[in-house]
Amino acid sequence: MKKMILLFVGICFIQVAVVAQSNPLIERVTKKLNTVNDYVATGVMKTDVAFIKASLGKVKVYFKKPNLLKVKKEGGISLLPKGGVSVTINSLLNNKQYIAIESGVQMFKGKSLQAIKLIPTDEKLDWVISTLWIDPVDALVYKTFTTTKENGTYEITMEYGQYANYGLPSKLIFGFNTKDYKLPNGITLEFGDEDPAAKQKALKQKKGTIEITYTNYVINQGVSNSMF
Amino acid sequence: MWPIIQIELFKIYKRPRTYIAFGAIAALILVIQMGLKIDGEAYAAFLMKDINDTLTVDGKVLNGYLICYIFLQLLLVHVPLLVALIAADMLSGEANLGTLRLLFTTPYSRTQWVLAKFVAASLYTILLLIWLAFLALFLSMWIFGTDDLFLMKSNYVVLIQEQDVFWRYLGAFVFASFSLLTVAALGFLMSSLANNSIGPIVATISAIVFFTILSTLNIPLFNIVKPYLFTTHMNNWKEFFDIQVNESNDAITGSILNVAKIKNSIIILAIHIGLFVGASVWIMKKKDILS
Amino acid sequence: MSVIKVQGLSKNFGAIKAVDQLSFEVEAGQVYGFLGQNGSGKSTTIRMLLSLIHPSQGHIEIFGQSLTDNRSAILEQIGAVIERPDLYPYLTAQEHLTLFAKLRKQKITAAKIEATLTQVGLLSRANDKVQTYSLGMKQRLGIGIALLHDPQLIILDEPTNGLDPQGIADIRQLIKSLSKDQGKTVLVSSHLLSEIEQIATHILIIHQGKKMAEGHTSSLLDPNKTIVQIKTLDDADAKQKLRASAYSTNLLERTEGLYLTIPKLEIPALNAFIVASNIDLVSLEAKNSLEDYFLQLTSTF
Repeated sequence: MKKMILLFVGICFIQVAVVAQSNPLIERVTKKLNTVNDYVATGVMKTDVAFIKASLGKVKVYFKKPNLLKVKKEGGISLLPKGGVSVTINSLLNNKQYIAIESGVQMFKGKSLQAIKLIPTDEKLDWVISTLWIDPVDALVYKTFTTTKENGTYEITMEYGQYANYGLPSKLIFGFNTKDYKLPNGITLEFGDEDPAAKQKALKQKKGTIEITYTNYVINQGVSNSMF
Repeated sequence: MWPIIQIELFKIYKRPRTYIAFGAIAALILVIQMGLKIDGEAYAAFLMKDINDTLTVDGKVLNGYLICYIFLQLLLVHVPLLVALIAADMLSGEANLGTLRLLFTTPYSRTQWVLAKFVAASLYTILLLIWLAFLALFLSMWIFGTDDLFLMKSNYVVLIQEQDVFWRYLGAFVFASFSLLTVAALGFLMSSLANNSIGPIVATISAIVFFTILSTLNIPLFNIVKPYLFTTHMNNWKEFFDIQVNESNDAITGSILNVAKIKNSIIILAIHIGLFVGASVWIMKKKDILS
Repeated sequence: MSVIKVQGLSKNFGAIKAVDQLSFEVEAGQVYGFLGQNGSGKSTTIRMLLSLIHPSQGHIEIFGQSLTDNRSAILEQIGAVIERPDLYPYLTAQEHLTLFAKLRKQKITAAKIEATLTQVGLLSRANDKVQTYSLGMKQRLGIGIALLHDPQLIILDEPTNGLDPQGIADIRQLIKSLSKDQGKTVLVSSHLLSEIEQIATHILIIHQGKKMAEGHTSSLLDPNKTIVQIKTLDDADAKQKLRASAYSTNLLERTEGLYLTIPKLEIPALNAFIVASNIDLVSLEAKNSLEDYFLQLTSTF
């Protein structure tokens, strides 16, 4: 009996120890991110959705702690995943309202990354569960997979360059689910031959990506709230 | 031949009926612009319904460029009817008035008269198109401003950068001139067959409606003739607003998806114009002028 | 020299022969009257002369040139008014003349346009739209357009239509002046035979597309060919007796009576014959107008 109680306590301790071990990595990531109070980044945005033809566009990304984020195309119309802004790393980590659970190590683009699942503790948050793949060596998040309550799932992958010390990526790829797009011919006044079936099928692919390649960050120089 | 072209243009200028089309286009465009200015957001929201399920669109979607596109979609179906009002009356109207015999007893040949009348009708058509362009494009740009052109087609969306739009409209209007000149030529041909005004106008409009239905219905039997019908090609000004994408699905700025389609359509329309006008000349040369 | 030379001219509209082997010549300086009932082929012939209608057969020469081969040069020298005066209702008289002045090779000045307006009596209404004109005013404007470029040949199809007596007199005077004073050749068609009688130097009578008579006006109205109308109580008896006499070759039998074509001086002898033959004479009337001649030629028995 005593042995069983000891075993039970030991398992719990290990579990706590495992949870306690995930937290330090998250803490390291958070600490790195917290060195940035605000930034203005310039970059090029690419929209890759089956039913959208859009060219590369220059963008400016504004960030202010804790989780204010705005992507603005320099002139012109921008397309962003609905609700996607709310699932960036800063918005996931900054409020600390989550439980972190390690869930193994996985290889991703030649790197051995620690997978950590975050479960929100506040029911008012938009997201249900999020998985982060973090490099324990440089405490950089290379990939996230987040399930939201109302806007489906988002997958974000990141690459790092000269701003890695700040935890700021050089490239961010935002993957999301898309719904079917169709406008009646009576609205568009397009009465022609239907597209070939293969092309129709291609247009109905259910996933899209938005990719931002950052060329420059201006960090901690102050950003007005009016930008958001 | 320039003197008789001048005379024909003068007659068109002096005739009250000429201004109906200009007035109709102005009234239509101004009313729609007013409506969109007041309630355009609701209209844009309706168009963007499917898009908004997936994406957040930031920017001035309902800008002058999009509004001009909407106008072109609507009006380039209906402006042919206004063109027919003048073109289908050019010869038969003179016969009805009795003035055809005045013209054909002058030293100019019937061929010269017929061609001069068609040139005058063509200039009227192009003026009408310029008026349409001024109101639909420039006035819309002034009222609603400009931004990227966010085009919602039936199955996909095209986002064209602002600086890449204007030349496309120039191309589209040039193309539209071929479409409208084809209608003018058809009206002209009908006009050569009659001695009254109403018949050719109705016949021209009926022919356009008939062939448009053949062009749009997806029945295999009609598919044989569709490529040769002018109505199949008249709306291909839209091809100026579809762009190529590279392997990464990035739209290529300054590109047109199907240039060959545009060229082919222009050739088909030009052939129709030549055939219609040529037939008109032949008919009028052979005809006994009894009116 | 012949200004107009027509040989074997025919026009068929389907089965209908509108003009049938018509031949005539119009010499320079003549006022050539073209007479015929409605539907006789006058207007069709005139339209063929003006290349508005393509002949089915025959040949037309104007100013010594084939119309088919030299249309433009020929029409430069012709001014025409065809049937009713159809003009552009939304243009003024001034605008009409200015427009048609542009169509001629010779330069027509504003002064010439004004002079033409004066000639046809429309100067005071020059800037009014034609839709406000009376029929007579439109007719005068049509004549003005025809005369504007000083043509050598003037073709007038029913030029006095819609004109009041003063207007008719003015046109008559104008035609005479064009011919006598300016040496123009005028081809005028009319159904007002009394008018043609007064102005035409030569006449062609056409009936059912065929030429019935052609010649100098005075020779057609030859006193040696007086038409005498005989009305009796018993036409059958009169016919029988006249057929049996020397008058049989000149006898014309019509539903409204009997006609004889005899020299004027023989009328008393005819009267004596009728009395001697016991023909119940009601009246004996000498008819010598163009109208009578025309009706005689174009009537059916």
